[in-house]
Amino acid sequence: MTQYEAVIGVECHVELKTQTKMFCGCLNEFGGEPNTKTCPVCLGMPGALPVPNEQALTHIVRTGLAFGAEIPTFSKFDRKNYFYPDMPKDYQISQYDMPLTVGGEVTYWLDDGSLKSCRLTRIHLEEDTGKSTHAGSGDGRIAGSSYSLLDFNRAGVPLMECVSEPELHSARDAVAYLESLRRTLLALGVSDVKMEEGSLRCDANVSVRPAGSDRLGTKTEIKNMNSFRSVERAIESEIARQIGLLESGGRIVQETRGWDELKGVTHSMRSKEEAHDYRYFPDPDLVPLEISRELVDRLQAALPAMPWRRFERYTKEYGLAVNAATQLTDNLSLAQYFDDVVARSRNPQQSSNFVLGELSRLANETGVAVADSKVGVGHLAELIELVEGKKINSKIAKDLLVRMWGGAGSPKALVEREGLAQTSDPAAIERFVDEVLAANEKVVAEYRAGKTNVLGFLVGQVMKASRGKADPALANELVKTKLA
Amino acid sequence: MEETIVRSAAEIARDVNARTTSAAEVTAATLAHAQAVEGEVGSYLTLLRDIAESHARHVDERVRNGAHLPLAGVPIAVKDNMCLENTRTTCGSKILEHWIAPYTATAVARMLEAGAVPIGKANCDEFAMGSSCENSALGVTRNPYDLTRVPGGSSGGSAAAVAAYEAAIGLGSDTGGSIREPGAFCNLIGFKPTYGRISRYGLIAFASSLDQIGPLTRTVQDAALAYDAMAGYDVMDATSIDRPVEPAASGLREDLSGLRVGLVREFDTKVLGEESDALYRSAYRDLERLGAELVDVSLPTADYGLATYYLIAPAECSSNLARFDGVRYGLRVEGEDVRAMYDKTRAAGFGPEVKRRILIGTHALSSGYYDAYYVRAQKARTLIARDFAAAFAGCDLIACPAASCPAFEFNAKSDPYSMYLMDYYTIPMSLAGLPALSVPCGWVTPEGASRPMPIGLQLAAPLFAERLLLGAAHAYERATNHARAHKPELAGVRA
Amino acid sequence: MTPDTIDIRYVAKLARIALTDEEIERFSKELADLLGHVNALSELDTASVPATAQVVESRNVGREDTVRPCLDREVVLTGAPQRQGAFFRVPRILAE
Repeated sequence: MTQYEAVIGVECHVELKTQTKMFCGCLNEFGGEPNTKTCPVCLGMPGALPVPNEQALTHIVRTGLAFGAEIPTFSKFDRKNYFYPDMPKDYQISQYDMPLTVGGEVTYWLDDGSLKSCRLTRIHLEEDTGKSTHAGSGDGRIAGSSYSLLDFNRAGVPLMECVSEPELHSARDAVAYLESLRRTLLALGVSDVKMEEGSLRCDANVSVRPAGSDRLGTKTEIKNMNSFRSVERAIESEIARQIGLLESGGRIVQETRGWDELKGVTHSMRSKEEAHDYRYFPDPDLVPLEISRELVDRLQAALPAMPWRRFERYTKEYGLAVNAATQLTDNLSLAQYFDDVVARSRNPQQSSNFVLGELSRLANETGVAVADSKVGVGHLAELIELVEGKKINSKIAKDLLVRMWGGAGSPKALVEREGLAQTSDPAAIERFVDEVLAANEKVVAEYRAGKTNVLGFLVGQVMKASRGKADPALANELVKTKLA
Repeated sequence: MEETIVRSAAEIARDVNARTTSAAEVTAATLAHAQAVEGEVGSYLTLLRDIAESHARHVDERVRNGAHLPLAGVPIAVKDNMCLENTRTTCGSKILEHWIAPYTATAVARMLEAGAVPIGKANCDEFAMGSSCENSALGVTRNPYDLTRVPGGSSGGSAAAVAAYEAAIGLGSDTGGSIREPGAFCNLIGFKPTYGRISRYGLIAFASSLDQIGPLTRTVQDAALAYDAMAGYDVMDATSIDRPVEPAASGLREDLSGLRVGLVREFDTKVLGEESDALYRSAYRDLERLGAELVDVSLPTADYGLATYYLIAPAECSSNLARFDGVRYGLRVEGEDVRAMYDKTRAAGFGPEVKRRILIGTHALSSGYYDAYYVRAQKARTLIARDFAAAFAGCDLIACPAASCPAFEFNAKSDPYSMYLMDYYTIPMSLAGLPALSVPCGWVTPEGASRPMPIGLQLAAPLFAERLLLGAAHAYERATNHARAHKPELAGVRA
Repeated sequence: MTPDTIDIRYVAKLARIALTDEEIERFSKELADLLGHVNALSELDTASVPATAQVVESRNVGREDTVRPCLDREVVLTGAPQRQGAFFRVPRILAE
């Protein structure tokens, strides 16, 4: 039986985070009352002219640099001509043969922590369209609708198109690629990258070929995937469909297929037989872009740490588990906080335990981010030092952390002031043990009768009597000895 | 009343600023006169009576408050392809027949800020495509010097309005000659500045890389005043040039001493007929008499101007005019689905010349033809611009005819290409982005005509040399005074 | 250069203009004639000549990312050929 290999390329459209739209001063903001964020420019009114948003250009160049792309000296805007009601000028200002960035690669990681990369073809800048709502059919779908309603608030929002090479070989890889892309764009601050709000939209080109072959099979383009989960399911389903078709002697047709979330299958949307004739030409309303090497150097120097590099450091240098490393990497402010704690505590594992454990729990409960909480990195490092030096036990540490969250300040000071240091003096603990055994004669008898599982209760009573300060291991040992 | 309306913009502004007359009086006289002659001339598609009166009052108030406005109370005609907030802006097309612009073009706003008063929106060839104003879908405009003849185009309404004293300054737009040719046809100065010198924001695009706003006036001084008011960078137009403007009104000259004027070897005026040929030769002698040194220059690729232009301009227009789709504004003809709606709307909304250019431009950009047509034309454009650069290495200005003939009779050019030939002498300068103007240089009586018609001399200068260009044109105008030889024969205007 | 032919039906479809049979015949002839004229450009040697998109040299004209006022929605929708509440309305859009 033939083994098949999937070949996947991903094309993403990402709305950039800017104050204003790409070519006019209208607010770039998700949602809002329909048609309230428009002007002559983004409505394509007669006589209106586009003027590029410099922030959006910078966002693209920074993104390219983050992925190691080449930034050509010259770039320009072109018009892509086709009629569609949600596109006000009936052409889209885009970039055809001279994109702002060329090449580069996205490094991503899989669940086992292995790092992989996928090359980028290009990243270019264009403008988003308005939104159509298809009405009259009941289900909001275009097919069968009798009319459509248009809202142009989104028209002209700066849009980054990021195209990968067909170098991904599984649905899992494709999602991991997207996750890495998303993390990087968040780290750069160039987009909110929210699939649910449409600020990240992606299509996948999928083909299969016999394993070992270097010829590409006929591809289909998958659309309508609105979460990472649906990307994964859609690609898996499409790969299975294509293999099934080939196995049964069928032929793959090059076409666009839509993902049906409910049915879990892709369905044919339109065939690509009739090629579009977009009549690209340089937009005569805009002048060429010349990106100076000085600007490139300046932007390069100011790039933030790349998430994948952080992940690599956490797993390889710090020895954190993939899950913990991913969780930290995915939360920029938390990761920064974590790095600062580690810089002082020199104990990545314990720091990660506190940051992802108790602190994250408190953050969730209170809705305050860890980095914005009253627990300073210095104080957390002190706490870790107290635990590591066996000055306090973990129960006390937890209690202290809750109080620190409330603004109690230095844990060292608290421990000293309140005498919370762990007792490891056997004589002192022995006194508590004797007290407890004397007060619990019945239980002691039970134990001696063979019901050894009451030991935990007795140790717990000792801990309680010591107000938590007793070294739990020592307490355990002493209780056992006394009962023997 | 006649004394009021025949005054130049400079004289009106002087008198309004001196408060020997008021903007309100000038406006009232102009509106009354327009009312009287519009039936014959038909310059305007929309008369802005209320807006003009309220602007005039505002100007008078600013003057009373001590403001000195360079165009105080000057009545202007605005070509109907420029937006003026809350007024109908049609582009001479059925597709925009009822469109109310929600904003004002930068050039218009700057004129108003300088004290000008908008009298009306002037007729033009549909979407500025044409050389006679006959392509307007909304009205007929006649040449005030002979009502059986066209005023030229595409800025024909603005030209006719100024020639008929319905305004002192007409705002036009020039893509391949649309200011200079009607200027020549209507005995006016028709001035197209350097591409990018005046903002195109609010000018409804025909061909974006060529369109340029400019004035039509009865004197060079008025053209300079209008230019000074409008020129300069605009943040709303990325193709407007961010570079200081040399004021032109202070650079008007009385002679041409020290200037070298290039005569284009390839432009033989003999082909224009004996009468015109003699007038151009005499115009060149006049330049020499004013102190200029005449030099021979060559523009070997200028002959390819028409071919280059009729690929680039339609290509850009095919894309620029896509937005007229019946969705957001303008005409809609209903269809059973959105594509049928597009097809019917655009079929009903555009006239034949606009359709021709959209079709040829779409073809020139389409798959398989792009390199052979569009890219080749862009390369030819480079060669034409280089020719001018080489020519200007040996001269300061170039002199040549402004149009291929004087104003012709209606329906005389039924073949599209014969109409395109009207712009033979103006297109090369447009392709090279150069500032150029037409200035009256004499009168000829075309065959079968009952009265003489004006012809124009075109002067062109290097990029951004508007001050020199207008200065030189002023010297020529002062010395020759051809414009004063005849007056339009209209009600209220004494011959 | 290319022959002086033009597929008027194809081009009219791209340009979204419905043409009558009479127009198709007329425009085919007129535009083939015009293409004959513009084909004169093939006489020019342009092999090593750069294309000019903008004749006046200019680069990097942009704007700062600062907000400007939007149009009032009523002004926007008043000019619409058809509106429904706060939206523009168009006839059904057929899937491509």
